[in-house]
Amino acid sequence: MIHFENVGLRYGMGPEILRDMTFDIPKRSFQFLTGPSGAGKTTLLRLLFMSLHPTRGIIRMFGRDLSQIPRAELPMLRRRVGIVFQDFRLLDHLTTYENVALPLRVRGKEENSYRNDVIELLKWVGLGERINVLPPVLSGGEKQRAAIARALMDRPEILLADEPTGNVDPPMARRLLSLFLELNRLGTAVVIATHDLGLMDQVDARRMILTEGRLDIYE
Amino acid sequence: MNELGQKILKAAKATRAGRQPEPAPPTQQQPRRAEMRVRPTAPILPPSNIQGNALMVVIAIMAFLACLTFGAVTMVRATAAGWQSQISREITIQIKPEEGLDMDAALKKARELALTFVGTREGTIMDEDATARLLEPWLGTGLNLDELPVPRLVIITIDEQNPPDFAAMRDLLKTEVPQAFLDDHRTWVDRLVSMAQTTVLIGTGVLILVFTAMILTVVFATRGALSGNRHIVEVLHFVGAESSFVAGEFQKHFLKISIKGSAAGGVLAAALFAAANMWQANSLATPESDQATALFGSFTIGITGYLGIFATMIVIALLTTLTARFTVMRTIDEIDLIRSDPARSDGAPSS
Repeated sequence: MIHFENVGLRYGMGPEILRDMTFDIPKRSFQFLTGPSGAGKTTLLRLLFMSLHPTRGIIRMFGRDLSQIPRAELPMLRRRVGIVFQDFRLLDHLTTYENVALPLRVRGKEENSYRNDVIELLKWVGLGERINVLPPVLSGGEKQRAAIARALMDRPEILLADEPTGNVDPPMARRLLSLFLELNRLGTAVVIATHDLGLMDQVDARRMILTEGRLDIYE
Repeated sequence: MNELGQKILKAAKATRAGRQPEPAPPTQQQPRRAEMRVRPTAPILPPSNIQGNALMVVIAIMAFLACLTFGAVTMVRATAAGWQSQISREITIQIKPEEGLDMDAALKKARELALTFVGTREGTIMDEDATARLLEPWLGTGLNLDELPVPRLVIITIDEQNPPDFAAMRDLLKTEVPQAFLDDHRTWVDRLVSMAQTTVLIGTGVLILVFTAMILTVVFATRGALSGNRHIVEVLHFVGAESSFVAGEFQKHFLKISIKGSAAGGVLAAALFAAANMWQANSLATPESDQATALFGSFTIGITGYLGIFATMIVIALLTTLTARFTVMRTIDEIDLIRSDPARSDGAPSS
């Protein structure tokens, strides 16, 4: 589904943050992306989300060479990727329901066509009773689940999560992990960037370890 | 989503049946409500996030100036057209006195010759009293025209739609009455036309300046609004919004602001013209009104003027909206370009 070949990246004239990255992310796969702080996890996620172009190398997304795709087409391709941030990025003036429905709204869909689906998904992530609540009132775990629900709303083929358990306590982290695992069982590829070893030990999954800009993969 | 929804429901049931921790908080254990209700969908871009009042005032002022310019141009054109029509409705034959010339016979002959042309209506010989009155401001009263070599005039009214052949009339008069000089007022008419054209040009220039200033103001305001709502633009980027969608969200706000602003400015300008017109109508034959009329002509701009003011309002609203749209799209493309280019990025991983 995603293929990186000799990908390197440097900001400005600085040193290479990522070097010689060659790997695949297959369909329906589940993997952790880990490494020390500042190793380039978020940068790699940005590359995977097509929000950043590599300095060198080839990235193929869904069978297409990223360098050959016109910029105007990128939003359409990004819609096949869901992304969850450590800081949630929820809009404070929109309710949980409206935040989660945002991906469908920007696709121009009528509210009647998705209202039940959004409520259903919110119930699934355990926010069925919080649909009309504004994000500032939600707890960290609830915000994280709302952000996950938003990323899942339009059935992405791959979900990228940046430190999804960084702001929650261990029980909530386990609950979120179970959510990701269920999602993966339903057919979505999942990449979780984390440096939480305890979280990774709970699942026997592929590990992508970033160290000083280089990537080692343990199947 | 239905397929996923079914899968999710199945998965949710399996989760509740056994081994995985229940993701739902304890509040979900309460009895299920008959129907979930959601509030009416809030705008993606909250109106309070756009500082629109100052922009609205600027647009109102610009619209007022634009409508005022348009009205003034219409007014001057109408006045110039009136003068032109009055002047071109008649021609004058001037007969210079000469030794031995029978002035009365020459005047009559000139009038008859002129009236033989198609397109002339009637001819009036300006008698001695009228001529004396005409010269009164310079030569005083009690003037005896026989003592002075004063030219005499024949005024011929013509059909404006079908004017006579002036060149042929001039030639005939020159042959038959060599002392006659035909003045078709062409010089004056040309000057008035030229003045009206200059006024229109100046008005167009002022309108272009006003529109340019307004477009630049809207560009700055839009960039400011984008900057203040960068977090929303970023989220929209991450949920796969196209720049046209984001531009549409901003465009809605700027359309409302521009409609309010241009309507206020346009209505104010129209009211000003209507008030001036009423004042002029109610103070006819007073020195103030006469002076204003002499300077500016009539303050009537007519239905065309009011329609023009309405059209100006629409143009301003559209111009503002389109400017906002293109500015947002261009700025978002710039942001996207900088965000995606590691050579231009500051390296901040947050976005």
